[in-house]
Amino acid sequence: MELLLAIVVGILYAAGIYMMLRRSLVKLIIGLILLGNGANMLIFLLGRITKGSPPIIPAESKVFLEAYADPIPQALILTAIVISFGLQAFAIVLMKRVYQVVGTDDIDQVNNMEETL
Amino acid sequence: MMDISIVLPVLLPLMVAILLLFFWGKTQSQKWISVLGSMAVLGYNSWLFITVYTGSMLTMQAGNWEAPFGITLVADVFSVTMILLTSIAGVAVSIFSVGSISTARIRFGYFPILHLLLMGLNGAFLTGDIFNLYVWFEIIIIASFVLMTLGGGKAQLASAVNYVIMNLLASVIFLTAIAILYGIAGTLNMADLSIKVALIENRGLVNVTALLFFVGFGIKSAVFPLYFWLPSSYHTPPSAVAAIFGGLLTKVGVYALLRVFTLIFIPDSFLSTLLLAVAALTLVTGAFGALIQSNARKMLSYLIVCHIGFMMAGLAMYTDTALTGAAFYLIHDIIVKTNVFILLGLVFIMYGSFKMPDLGGLYADYPKLALVMALVLFSLVGIPPLSGFWPKLFLFEAAFDTQSYVMIGALIFASFITLVVIAKMWSQIFWKPNPNTLERIKHLPSFMELSWNRRAILISPLLLLTAVSLYIGFGAENIVKLSSQIANDLMDPSGYIEAVLGTKPQTP
Repeated sequence: MELLLAIVVGILYAAGIYMMLRRSLVKLIIGLILLGNGANMLIFLLGRITKGSPPIIPAESKVFLEAYADPIPQALILTAIVISFGLQAFAIVLMKRVYQVVGTDDIDQVNNMEETL
Repeated sequence: MMDISIVLPVLLPLMVAILLLFFWGKTQSQKWISVLGSMAVLGYNSWLFITVYTGSMLTMQAGNWEAPFGITLVADVFSVTMILLTSIAGVAVSIFSVGSISTARIRFGYFPILHLLLMGLNGAFLTGDIFNLYVWFEIIIIASFVLMTLGGGKAQLASAVNYVIMNLLASVIFLTAIAILYGIAGTLNMADLSIKVALIENRGLVNVTALLFFVGFGIKSAVFPLYFWLPSSYHTPPSAVAAIFGGLLTKVGVYALLRVFTLIFIPDSFLSTLLLAVAALTLVTGAFGALIQSNARKMLSYLIVCHIGFMMAGLAMYTDTALTGAAFYLIHDIIVKTNVFILLGLVFIMYGSFKMPDLGGLYADYPKLALVMALVLFSLVGIPPLSGFWPKLFLFEAAFDTQSYVMIGALIFASFITLVVIAKMWSQIFWKPNPNTLERIKHLPSFMELSWNRRAILISPLLLLTAVSLYIGFGAENIVKLSSQIANDLMDPSGYIEAVLGTKPQTP
């Protein structure tokens, strides 16, 4: 499971960075989304995956007796997902607006536009 | 009973923002609420500053979860100094916005977003939890995205693309760094991390994480290879927005770097060499960039980059003196950079351009105001006894102490180029006769024809910030005391750790 997740995280990061290096605004957003997902998976992976033992102390004992799944990575991922949802929504609207105003989705041309104005 | 006095710097701007939302579309009342609200925050933050500076560090555990488990808010001297400066800049920008931001922008929620940005800044300075710091950074960037693009035309939108993309990328890198840090240390509390990271044996992994943090914060604070988004985006938004961005947003990155690289990752020889190289290159490349610009705001954007180098130099040399210099420079830079952008905003209102070839004759037209502006520009250059001079003194001393002669060269070079650039700006905007090349300015009312109120509103933030920077210059003794206390706290974090965790850290 860890190995599989590690490979998936690697693929997500690689694909995300590849997409961000393209010149199209849409691909850039896709790249960012992939990178964000990769980061979330990485938190999940590095929080140590523990199967079938929720962090609930049994009624008869006072402390955890065996290894339990760490709940913090899940809280972190949830927060990160919500935040990245907001930011990506904003970025997509911005890209649409830029495409309407500037008339191109090529980043080089957008930058040239900015230089000349 | 939980002590909520630390949360109020975050809660007050939030409440002001919420109150502003109730007055959606009522521009006049929004202006009043915004100015009064930011003044209330300034008042509260000054009280908190005095309490912490004369008393002891305050901490608060959110929801009464004990220290390494919950989110901790920490108000040490460094944090309260930063929130005090934020609120001073906040008041100035709030007043300047009243006079200079167009009604259309205010109708679309300019003021609520400005206060949410200030809330995010205060939160980032106060938090003692690394993931919470990430959340505050996101609040800051989403607010800044809106301010950056609000009501923008072609140029503003096109340059916002760079800004948005680079900041999103920085956040992802920061998040990746947090993931790895949690994986190797198993905690997110910065005080707890300080103890646990020091015990990790796999130093290679720690260094990789430190580098990821460095890249993430480096993009935000615009250090050498990562600064290109800044000059290509800071010259398009309205002057009031540029003022708060130029004064505070890059400084949050610097604050985070200073915090993380003194508390969690103590630079070893590899990291400190890297920091030294980055600082020197930031100083030199920023200075070169500023030299060739003819747009005054673009030139200042490069000067921001150049001056980030001074603070990085302080962190890189990592001695008591160097960090005192860095803290002092940070205090000076927030006030003066905000002020310089407000100054350029005034110039734009008077002459309708930021391009220096089209400007001129300010000294002949407004001699008294030109004198105040000269003080601002001289503070930026660091002519003794104005505020920019003192931190450089400390940085030079630290550079001689650590025998980093390349750094001395870079510091002198950057100071000299700043002088050249400001001299060029002075001769172009103030001394040269106005070329009268602009058609549109002839249709606008001249500055003296504006109502008395409006002129007072536009000039008062400049005067306020100039007064503060004069105090930093002439009352340098007090600021040195403050910065050396900040430096002491940074060099020896045991007080911080003890205040958060309630136990003294064991020295290994």
